Amino acid sequence: MAKKIVTALVGAAVLGLGATAAQADTLSDVKAKGFVQCGVNGSNLAGFGAQDSSGNWAGLDVDLCKAVAAAVFGDATKVKFTPLSAKDRFPALQSGEIDLLARNTTWSVSRDSQLGFDFRAVNYYDGQGFMVKKELGVKSALELSGASVCVQSGTTTELNLADYFRSNNMDFKPVVFEAQDEADAAYNAGRCDAYTTDASGLYSIRLKMANPDDHLVLPEIISKEPLGPAVRQNDSRWLDIVSWSHYAMVAAEEFGITTANVEEMKASANPDIKRFLGEEADSSIGADLGLPKDWAVQIIKAVGNYGESFERNVGEGSPLKIARGLNGLWTKGGLQYAPPVR
Amino acid sequence: MALADARTGSGEPPKVSLLYNPALRSIVYQVVTLVVIVAVVWYAWNNVVQNLARANMTAGFGFLNSRAGFDLAQSLIDYSSDSTYFRALQVGLINTLVVAAAGVITATIVGLLVGIGRLSHNWLIARLCTVYVEIFRNIPPLLVIFFWYLGVLALLPSIRSIFQHLEENPDAVFFISNRGIYMPAPVFGEGFGAVVIAFAIGIVAAIAFTVWANARQRATGLRPPVLWVNLGLIVLLPFLVFLVMGSPMTLDYAVPGSFNMRGGMVIGPEFLALYLALSLYTASFIAEIVRAGIRGVSKGQTEASYALGLRPGQATRLVVLPQALRIIIPPLTSQYLNLIKNSSLAVAVGYADLVAVGGTILNQSGKSIEIISIWMLIYVSISLITSLFMNWFNAKMALVER
Repeated sequence: MAKKIVTALVGAAVLGLGATAAQADTLSDVKAKGFVQCGVNGSNLAGFGAQDSSGNWAGLDVDLCKAVAAAVFGDATKVKFTPLSAKDRFPALQSGEIDLLARNTTWSVSRDSQLGFDFRAVNYYDGQGFMVKKELGVKSALELSGASVCVQSGTTTELNLADYFRSNNMDFKPVVFEAQDEADAAYNAGRCDAYTTDASGLYSIRLKMANPDDHLVLPEIISKEPLGPAVRQNDSRWLDIVSWSHYAMVAAEEFGITTANVEEMKASANPDIKRFLGEEADSSIGADLGLPKDWAVQIIKAVGNYGESFERNVGEGSPLKIARGLNGLWTKGGLQYAPPVR
Repeated sequence: MALADARTGSGEPPKVSLLYNPALRSIVYQVVTLVVIVAVVWYAWNNVVQNLARANMTAGFGFLNSRAGFDLAQSLIDYSSDSTYFRALQVGLINTLVVAAAGVITATIVGLLVGIGRLSHNWLIARLCTVYVEIFRNIPPLLVIFFWYLGVLALLPSIRSIFQHLEENPDAVFFISNRGIYMPAPVFGEGFGAVVIAFAIGIVAAIAFTVWANARQRATGLRPPVLWVNLGLIVLLPFLVFLVMGSPMTLDYAVPGSFNMRGGMVIGPEFLALYLALSLYTASFIAEIVRAGIRGVSKGQTEASYALGLRPGQATRLVVLPQALRIIIPPLTSQYLNLIKNSSLAVAVGYADLVAVGGTILNQSGKSIEIISIWMLIYVSISLITSLFMNWFNAKMALVER
């Protein structure tokens, strides 16, 4: 009996510790443990979050994680990745298992409020699309009435899918999977006629198919999917750091600062650039954010500016070859826009 | 008498210190345990509420009345994306119960046959049954599900080739494709209720006849033709009523639609994969339980029945199996519970069971604690009900002690 009581007490103590540890302010937490724990896509979504054959993580979301680590520690390797499924991602962030969720996650009002998260920066403007096998002869999503559609559970995609077919008076048969890999396999095996997810994801999944040219991404984009990093609500200091890590990359592109020229740019005559790179004598931007003075320099050295990161992961420098489109700088007709660094 | 007095201490309890008083000790221990349990529960609950408040989240089950917004692939009751989360959970629960019930029945039949087969004197049958048991017992159920889903059902003919087949053979009504098994669906017309009533009457009459036949056999030693009479009551009677009512049933055939077959009845590959995997996996365990049960009945019982003139089949059915059941039922209950709980692996192949639907709701609404409580409550209830039923069955089958 005494043994049982001790077991119960130890159990209670462990439970209590586990539940309260995550609740301190995230920046102090991260600094104390010495690394950023970042939740990324667990199903090898090439271009956003994927591991290469030697286990190194790469992608647009992974770059954001590295940028945050570079800003906080001046060392982009001080980041650990937690691969997550669409379903596991929110509890992982809520419970404090991860410090930041960068897993091609759509910013929506219910996630911002009801789920207890905060979004601000958008590191990829996406929209939901459909992919079909070319042999079906389908040219438009409006021809998909009666089709079986593969979709991942617990995503905004699943909800948009239902709404789109309903509003166009079409019916469909959902084939729902929890993990993207299983959805890929089922689509490949002909279980579904169409596959739906964010357009960027479709391009990435198409590449995984035995013969990518047999598949066609349909022209309709049926939703707005602003993908961005999420943090727990009511931790504005940490939200600032995560958002400004992204904005720093965008600002660097606006200023024309790259990994290659960041050292020269420190000597620039432009006061905006000097202030941004922490070269002004009384510059306190870094300190005010709770970061070192050269935080932006470290980010640019680690992952480059937004344009470099984009081209490397999803653009011309990658197999995906996605055009900048909506993700171009605002000066070039896109939506990427950094607030003034001032 | 003196000896007895010495043993009971002259009727007076021995004087021991309060510290060693067994009655007091047991009360103290129980009070302490209760206090600890209450404290832990209170602490855990408090922790949850505080942490949720800190994360700006609310607790409560009100969200179950909000619109679900997602569609479900398999649903036996009316459901659309406009239904509530609560309705979606009901669909999930029904799907879980369907696959569990079908799995339990199939696993029991297959397990019984394989278990008896392993004891067969036929070398080939015994070896085949052994191979079956050793293969399925030693593979994780999830892999068995994937085997059926990706290894077997996904390789069946595509829906396009079915369309082609139909052009060449327009009379075909039954199709097996990688989108499931299509068959004609019965559509019941007016007057079919009479057939159902006739069927019910047939069953009641058959039971009554069996009781009468048993009594007669005990009284006279003559066995009336129970099988034929019962068959006539249960099958022929409803069939005759069906004809008299003017065949009030039509068939709805599956016909090619734009992408899928339209109409008819379809059993999806997700259900099939899960159902086959769960039944065959659990059947391997049940086979071993059945074998152990039969082995547990003393050989003398069989020999005695032979001596009484029973044939081998009769000896097994009338003497060995009833005794073996007493050994089989308790571990069988655990296997049923395992099968029910393993049905939550549905999530891997996208069968909309309780866990899959709950998981989607959890993700859309963020109510993790509530959903997990619902899951636990439902699985505990299903398991307890199954246990209660099996305990009742066990008590009924147990040796009646007089």
